[in-house]
Amino acid sequence: MQLDIRTPVGLFFTIVGLSLVAWGWVGDPTMYSHSLGININLWWGMVMAAFGGVLLWLARR
Amino acid sequence: MKLGTIDWAIMGLYFAFVLGIGFALRRYMKTTTDFFLSGRSIPAWVAGLAFISANLGAQEVMGMAASGAKYGIMTSHFYWIGAIPAMVFLAIFMMPFYYGSRARSVPEYLKLRFDEKTRGLNAITFALMTVLSSGISMYAMGLLLNLLLGWSFTLSVWLCALIVLLYITMGGLTSAIYNEVLQFFMIVFGFLPLVLLGLHDVGGWEGLKAGLATVSTERGFASGAFSQSWAHMGSPADNPMGVEWFGMAMGLGFVLSFGYWCTDFLTVQRAMAADSMASARRAPLIAAFPKMLFPLLVILPGMIAIVLHQRAVANGFMLPSKADGSLNYDLTMPMMLAHYFPQGMLGVGITALLASFMAGMAGNVTAFNTVFTYDIYQAYIRRDASDAHYLRVGRLATVGGIGASVAAAYLATRFNNIMDMLQLVFAFVNAPLFATFLLGMFWKRTTGHAAFTGLILGTLGAAVHHGLTLPLGSLVGIKGGWLAVVHHYPSEMAQNFWTAIWAWSTSFVATLLISLVTQPRPEAQLRGLVYSLTDRTVVAASEPWWRRPVVLAMLVLACTVLLNLVFR
Repeated sequence: MQLDIRTPVGLFFTIVGLSLVAWGWVGDPTMYSHSLGININLWWGMVMAAFGGVLLWLARR
Repeated sequence: MKLGTIDWAIMGLYFAFVLGIGFALRRYMKTTTDFFLSGRSIPAWVAGLAFISANLGAQEVMGMAASGAKYGIMTSHFYWIGAIPAMVFLAIFMMPFYYGSRARSVPEYLKLRFDEKTRGLNAITFALMTVLSSGISMYAMGLLLNLLLGWSFTLSVWLCALIVLLYITMGGLTSAIYNEVLQFFMIVFGFLPLVLLGLHDVGGWEGLKAGLATVSTERGFASGAFSQSWAHMGSPADNPMGVEWFGMAMGLGFVLSFGYWCTDFLTVQRAMAADSMASARRAPLIAAFPKMLFPLLVILPGMIAIVLHQRAVANGFMLPSKADGSLNYDLTMPMMLAHYFPQGMLGVGITALLASFMAGMAGNVTAFNTVFTYDIYQAYIRRDASDAHYLRVGRLATVGGIGASVAAAYLATRFNNIMDMLQLVFAFVNAPLFATFLLGMFWKRTTGHAAFTGLILGTLGAAVHHGLTLPLGSLVGIKGGWLAVVHHYPSEMAQNFWTAIWAWSTSFVATLLISLVTQPRPEAQLRGLVYSLTDRTVVAASEPWWRRPVVLAMLVLACTVLLNLVFR
């Protein structure tokens, strides 16, 4: 394959995931009244970053 | 809906990656095989994910959520008796002919199997339909972005058209497929937390069922009508969709789904780009696993929304109403995103919607430029030019196709009814296709004259059936009955299914009868094109058992049966 699709997809989700984690960390907590009081940015950001990381690792292997 | 800096940043990053992928692939696009078929080099899992995404336009995502709110879990029939069995059939029985014949497109297969006129008819109707459907979806996108983001219609349409244009002309089909993979994960990661939050909110599956029971009884159905997919299908009056099991199984499960998944070049093209016959057959099966779980992602939000709506006092969530007082379900998905997502995740959710619009458009455009170049330009305009010439034509066809889609989108802003009418005509054209392919692939006696006439008669059959019937409570006109009303269907859905059944049967019988009185092609010309004349030992015996298509297919079917049983 000419370009391994796992690299750009992995990179994208790592960046988006980490940004969400950072935003969940510093952002105004009152906005989580939307999401039943759960800091969905922090938690789902971690899931996305982990997924991105796994793809990057698979592409490197 | 108020988007913050982080939301715009995520959207901007997505656009940057989409264009970056196209740019990175630009230098690999040297021949038409690279541009239109990805050099037949795509691994099975990539082809499989692209296979799902290509069909997963935003209209599908938003439409399924809307149906989930309107009809409840019965919407899952579009997946569990619709798409999945058809995808298995494509993988096991039809891919060997598409991929094995080395045809470069579905119309080209028709040329190899039947004759020039059948190919021409299919190529021209397909090219027209893809351009116009892409225009219709662009129109829907323009309206949605205008509503959600406050962008003007013109800005939304031109921006998305420009991005799709850039990445397709640069990276061809590979670019479309790669971006479809990105889009697939974007949709999963954008909508999964919505489902989790929603389910948590209504008290899990049990809480949802209890809520849906109230919704059902309020509408005069048995309490399980919104949460059981099969139990209330004995009579159309018992379920919110207004269909009975036979019309559902035959119309949707057999004619419409097989017709769409097995003959539409838009999706088949993804599997044809695979790196080997085994991968091409595995692609639809790999696609089937996530596809069977998609109801959880796109239908459940609708079901949760209707429960929230019904309990509006407690949470403030209300679906909007139309002018006539009935509920407007179309915006269910974006409304749920706005209800549950804070800034940050909201950007991910909106980008997922945007991604599905663009990928749907890109799917149409790549199918269009291939069919236009190979089956119209090379077949009828200029036969013996160099490969470089056809590559240029392909890029120009991309520009032309997108231009025509934009024009269609603007046309739709002025004449909304014309678009409804066009979609109706597409349905008439598509319904008989599967009869032609089925007979062509599995009966060597089928002739080109018969296929051609069968397609035309089937389309006429669909039109006549539509013209003679009317759903209850509708006015004569675009909804049917424009010849005379001889039968009333309980719902529009039931009428659609039966129109398809009539079209398919007309085409099947006509093709069969005409084949018997016309001259078949000599068997030597049909090797590799017809089931009984093809060597079926193509599957490499060295393949481990768990990668064999037949084993995967059994697994897919078993899981599907299980899902139907669990949610019956």
